[in-house]
Amino acid sequence: MSIKQKTLDLKMRMQNALQGGGQKAIEKQVAMGKMTARERIIALLDPNSFHEYDLFVEHAARDFDMDKKHLPGDGVITGTGTISGFPVCIFAQDFTVAGGSLGLMHARKITKIMDHAMRLKIPLIGINDSGGARIQEGVNSLAGYGEIFFRNTQASGVIPQISVILGPCAGGAVYSPALTDFVFVVDKISKMFITGPEVIKSVLGEEISMEELGGARVHSEITGNAHFFANSEAECFDQIKKLVSYIPWNNTKKADPFPKKAPKTRQYRISNIIPTDPREPYDVRDVIRSISDDSDFFEVQELFAANIVIGFGRLNGETIGFVANQPLVLAGVLDVDSSDKAARFIRYCDAFNIPLVTLVDLPGYLPGIDQEHAGVIRHGAKILYSYSEATVPKITVILRKAYGGGYIAMCSRHLQADFVFAWPTAEIAVMGPEGAANIIFRSEIMNADDPEEVRRTKVEEYKQKFANPYVAAAHGYIDAVIEPSETRRFVIHALDISSQKSEKSPEKKHGIPPF
Amino acid sequence: MEDKTLQQDDQQFVEFIVDADIYRTTVNKKYSRRKPYEPLNPKMITAFMPGTIQDVYVKPGQEVKSDTILCILEAMKMKNKLFPPFKGIVKTINVEPGQLVPKNFVIIELE
Repeated sequence: MSIKQKTLDLKMRMQNALQGGGQKAIEKQVAMGKMTARERIIALLDPNSFHEYDLFVEHAARDFDMDKKHLPGDGVITGTGTISGFPVCIFAQDFTVAGGSLGLMHARKITKIMDHAMRLKIPLIGINDSGGARIQEGVNSLAGYGEIFFRNTQASGVIPQISVILGPCAGGAVYSPALTDFVFVVDKISKMFITGPEVIKSVLGEEISMEELGGARVHSEITGNAHFFANSEAECFDQIKKLVSYIPWNNTKKADPFPKKAPKTRQYRISNIIPTDPREPYDVRDVIRSISDDSDFFEVQELFAANIVIGFGRLNGETIGFVANQPLVLAGVLDVDSSDKAARFIRYCDAFNIPLVTLVDLPGYLPGIDQEHAGVIRHGAKILYSYSEATVPKITVILRKAYGGGYIAMCSRHLQADFVFAWPTAEIAVMGPEGAANIIFRSEIMNADDPEEVRRTKVEEYKQKFANPYVAAAHGYIDAVIEPSETRRFVIHALDISSQKSEKSPEKKHGIPPF
Repeated sequence: MEDKTLQQDDQQFVEFIVDADIYRTTVNKKYSRRKPYEPLNPKMITAFMPGTIQDVYVKPGQEVKSDTILCILEAMKMKNKLFPPFKGIVKTINVEPGQLVPKNFVIIELE
């Protein structure tokens, strides 16, 4: 055969493999409102940047007549490419080929591209759209999952791992996304669960739809398994592209700096956002936007545990991880979910050299039987653990109230914040004035002729004396009381002079965080 | 928590109490849907998970000890024997063999 003929043969083989599960299966995929695996990769990566590997991989299963079945690429597409010039390894499960089911070779393709990502020290993006384990391959498909989970764990904190759920992701398969850093879901397309509605119905007699059990909304609002919610696949890809712009390639690097830009101060006037009465609500995201570059804030887990706000922004061009209590929801309390949410984000930022800026305004931990029984002690401890453990620059600004355990937890000086600033509106105390006065002056109030009147004066007295930042400032627990309009200047300066910070944790194999 | 609500920007503001201080804020779905706490009543023998009652071995009025098998609840492919937590008398039986019961369903009441 001449080289021309050989090339022609290659082209024929490629064409055969590139059509995936064939026209019928592709039509079915489109009818479900989904893009095909290859379309997704092309939509996400820079034009012409995708380079595919392992196109000719085939399964070697023999049982259940599998030897007669030809599955192009074994149901998964793998390769490398770039997103805004940023190199990534990527895999996308192809639902049109045997329902994207995971067999041994399918898993080997994934673990191979994961190994590439680890060696090359670049991010890994996994697009999940799979019916689950390929039953015909038996224990080999379970082995495949296990090999993937192991690599997810090894790569955790070394390279960014992004999971995109664009179809079903059920049973053991969901544990790979769960082990990765960020999970993207799309309304009406993503479905994640351990046991599906059918099993639940047959075993337990409970009826529920897939959407209600593990749809995009459920995982964005209720479980917290998803980090980004989109209404369409196109919107989802835009979110991924945006996220990638904030994070570094790997844990030895810093995120690429952006051109510096001032905040839109006309739209977000920092001095006008917060009511001075600590019991009145406002949207803390406006405070973030009033200090961040170009008033940009890319929120993570926006719909889950909205009483704490986490996300990325930039200060003087550098990526920052913001953590802020949200007085607009549940008065900004810390609870089981918000502690989990913040703690994981803090660890992410610490692992990837992203400085943390914490904005504090909370009444403490959420009281209640349900919280206590849900383990608010061990969940709440996670936030203490992750702030204490973090060695990236940690800057804290106390906007208003910082009461009790909440004050300590929100990156206080005592957890080794590098700088703690407070606005004149700050109130740093063991608890709110009402509660504190009730306890401290209990007997005086009880024995008074007019208890209500005495209570009110005592509350006022307590407010005058303790509801301010100056008691904490007198102890040196905060470094400066600053005007709100000086916040950006102070925080940027603090970050600048912390840029060479290098802190070593005591030598250990690893800590034992309250998982 | 008081039921005073204020409508503003499509958001329902409520009064929310933390340590005697009252805050104006909104509550999320998960918080408003939480179930009130119910203390455990040892006299109620309930289904610890959904399943099928395979057999009932006791009758109302019968005296039972902690090693008396009350019934068998088949759940997750396991035949689970249910025992009384204390010595007592069967007051009522709320199930029949073959019946599918949801989680926390009161199967037998003791006294």
